[in-house]
Amino acid sequence: MKAALLVALLALGVPIRGAAAAPPTVHIHNYAFVPATLTVRAGTLVRFVNDDEEPHTATALDKSFDSKGLDTNDSYTYTFTKPGTIAYLCTMHPMMRGTIVVMK
Amino acid sequence: MKRGSFLEHVGWTGAAGSAYALGTDGVFAPASAATMGMSFVQISDSHIGFARPANDHVAQTLMETVQRINALPNQPAFVVHTGDVTHLSKPAQFDLAKQILGELRAPLLTLPGEHDVIGDGGAAFREHFGRADAPHGWFSFDRGGSHFIALVNVSDGEAFGTLGPEQLAWLRADLAAHPRSTPIVVFGHVPLYALYAAWGWTTTDGAEALALLARFDAVSVFNGHIHQIVTHREGNIRFATAAATAYPQPAPASAPQPGPLTLPPGELLHAIGYRTVQLTSDVPVVTDVPLG
Repeated sequence: MKAALLVALLALGVPIRGAAAAPPTVHIHNYAFVPATLTVRAGTLVRFVNDDEEPHTATALDKSFDSKGLDTNDSYTYTFTKPGTIAYLCTMHPMMRGTIVVMK
Repeated sequence: MKRGSFLEHVGWTGAAGSAYALGTDGVFAPASAATMGMSFVQISDSHIGFARPANDHVAQTLMETVQRINALPNQPAFVVHTGDVTHLSKPAQFDLAKQILGELRAPLLTLPGEHDVIGDGGAAFREHFGRADAPHGWFSFDRGGSHFIALVNVSDGEAFGTLGPEQLAWLRADLAAHPRSTPIVVFGHVPLYALYAAWGWTTTDGAEALALLARFDAVSVFNGHIHQIVTHREGNIRFATAAATAYPQPAPASAPQPGPLTLPPGELLHAIGYRTVQLTSDVPVVTDVPLG
């Protein structure tokens, strides 16, 4: 898992400061994104992990990112490069909403 | 909908888990009603690719369902699958589902569920189960004196649980060609009425479709999505939500969230199965048949 993450980081050209540090993570838990609002600096890789028995997605309303279907314990990572506020939802349970705030 | 009658119908998924309504008694009408000599079978929510404790052999339970349907002495005019054929819309899951469902002796109609359109807007579903006469997914046909309509109320995004203006306009035109005496049979994945909106078990613009259907003498709506049998009636419109072939879900408000319900050992087969619908001169006779 760590190796896969490292490969992903390298592939994305993300500078690695202490490769063992876990990225900021949004847990999908009990049909909710936790935390519902996550604030990161531009260039940060964020991990979304599905803790539920039910599949979910993390999909930006502007389609800038889309995890597609995450089965139980599946995770998805995305690097947020542009400052701004990105609202996202689970396409399978659209009442599930989250926000990523990207600062300069 | 009155909550009392609602709970009465969904009580079978409670803690005891196996109080499944079955047998020859129709949910809607006595089985003695004069038949029109035509029947079909509904199956739903097969979730091929799911492998969790609630049912770690969903392909086998779908195969068993297909074998039971193939063994019916009077073969149905068709089998309709009301969606969630796969769990995660993966091509390999569609391939396996198509192989299993391809064993059916009767013709197959398939509607997408929200698990069939994840991440690709339904492209893989259309590739495996699409119809040339249904570019948007919805379609209708006449059979045995009844008019059948297949609706799509799932999507890959915010429009989940929505029919949309384009489909509603199509439905209006489709129904306009039929007199009120024509029996109407509607298929969809998500319930067309607000069965339990807090869990997304509703179609946001379903009331507009029901308003178009209200002028007909007899309308039957069959859907899946919630993995349990629930019946409901609004005027001349009768609703029957089907059990899954994969696993049950909790009754509304009986758990913090919906999702796969793991039953005590040996009880799963009582909670999954198929449904036969016999069209009659009056209202359809619906028989839910569990695998166990």
